[in-house]
Amino acid sequence: MGRRTPLYNLHLELGARLVDFGGWDMPVQYSSQLEEHRAVRSSAGLFDVSHMCVIDVRGSGARAYLKWLLANDVDKLRMPGKALYSCMLNERGGIIDDLIVTFVHETWFRIVVNAGTRDGDLAWMREQAHGREVEIVERADLAMIAAQGPRARALVADLLPERERDATLALEPFYGRAVGDWFVSRTGYTGEDGFEIMLPADAAEDAWRKLNTAGAMSCGLGARDTLRLEAGMNLYGNDMDENLTPLESGLAWTVAMEPATRDFVGREALQALKTAGVPRKFVGLLLEARGVLRAHQRLVIAEVGEGEVTSGTFSPTLERSIGFARVPRATAGQVQVDIRGKLLDARVVKLPFVRNGRILIQL
Amino acid sequence: MSQVQDDRRYTRTHEWVKPLADGRLEIGITDHAQHALGDLVFVEVPEAGRTLAAGEACAVVESVKAASDVYSPIGGNVLEGNPLLAATPELINQDCYGGGWILRLQPTASTDLGTLLDPAAYTALLAAEGD
Repeated sequence: MGRRTPLYNLHLELGARLVDFGGWDMPVQYSSQLEEHRAVRSSAGLFDVSHMCVIDVRGSGARAYLKWLLANDVDKLRMPGKALYSCMLNERGGIIDDLIVTFVHETWFRIVVNAGTRDGDLAWMREQAHGREVEIVERADLAMIAAQGPRARALVADLLPERERDATLALEPFYGRAVGDWFVSRTGYTGEDGFEIMLPADAAEDAWRKLNTAGAMSCGLGARDTLRLEAGMNLYGNDMDENLTPLESGLAWTVAMEPATRDFVGREALQALKTAGVPRKFVGLLLEARGVLRAHQRLVIAEVGEGEVTSGTFSPTLERSIGFARVPRATAGQVQVDIRGKLLDARVVKLPFVRNGRILIQL
Repeated sequence: MSQVQDDRRYTRTHEWVKPLADGRLEIGITDHAQHALGDLVFVEVPEAGRTLAAGEACAVVESVKAASDVYSPIGGNVLEGNPLLAATPELINQDCYGGGWILRLQPTASTDLGTLLDPAAYTALLAAEGD
């Protein structure tokens, strides 16, 4: 038996099919994965993301600690409620995890990390905190619900006290605010607008039922995966891991090499890799033949070499197969993918595939 | 509870075989299988003329989530793959025992369907697997 979120019993009641995900029993789908996907693109969907780990970093040394711990620079966070996406690296520049850090106030930052990496992350964070004025607090008392889609923010706002609605709806992307004992952020993992809500575990079921009733469809991890792929968002463990740097994982934009005076874990390794030249890059792929791209398929790039698909699926919005791949730096244009021994044509495309319901690539 | 039809035989790997007129056999995947796979988005059927051994992988069904092999329950020569599945793989979700058939086969002379699961035995297998 795996770990269970506060919404476990409700998932069973709603007829979800449960699978193991990073040691947790999580809903993979309720009815149809394709319908759930389309609900998020056209209306609103709900995801239980309580398996992700909320960690509070508190204390007078919080900012200095995070400037050292993270590859992105928390000095970009000056307005309370502002959030930042970052990788946490090891000394070799490999990615221990990717996360979102939110600035609450000067002695309190909140971090959300992946479910499968939580124990290792916590151990690493505590080790790095040694001798600093910070406290690392795991918040297992919180549930987290992602409401995503063009209608999602309005549905969430209706659950809030009336005096809180306008200010919450006025949040810019990547900002959040406390509403009573909830924390509502305009973030997500689908390429659509929406809110992620952290709330006390015992309030989660009621909130989910109300959002269902208001028209948000329950969605599982299956739809979450096709949505994030269309949105060009990496999945830890598939697209990057502790042996890969952000520079080879499409995440160079999340590494703050400036100011040069800021030292952070992995900086030296990334600098050395940059100087030597990064041999591989991370690209989007559109399969031009029939079939489905899947992780670990081999790519053949004429006169360049070989690469590998890191994530792949059928895109419900494009009605074509899409994926991400790690390929030699000189790769461009047409490539071939080995699917069960046949070499099929695929094309390198600029990510993302879909954003806010619109297809952004040439089909 | 998944549907099981009385007019055919089954395998432990969730394929079905239905005898047609003139000794031909039709093969597909069961309601349990299509439900477990979820929304199908791609099906690769075998080409006519291919010779299959019993238990050989003969088709691939892919849902949004994953790819799965389909194993031929019996040996024979492929007469045709279902031509509609290329454009409408969801036929298997909608009608797995009818319009969602995957291939038709001329069995080798020695074929005995009696070695496959009858509907009662397949129903028992599903019950044992928790369906």
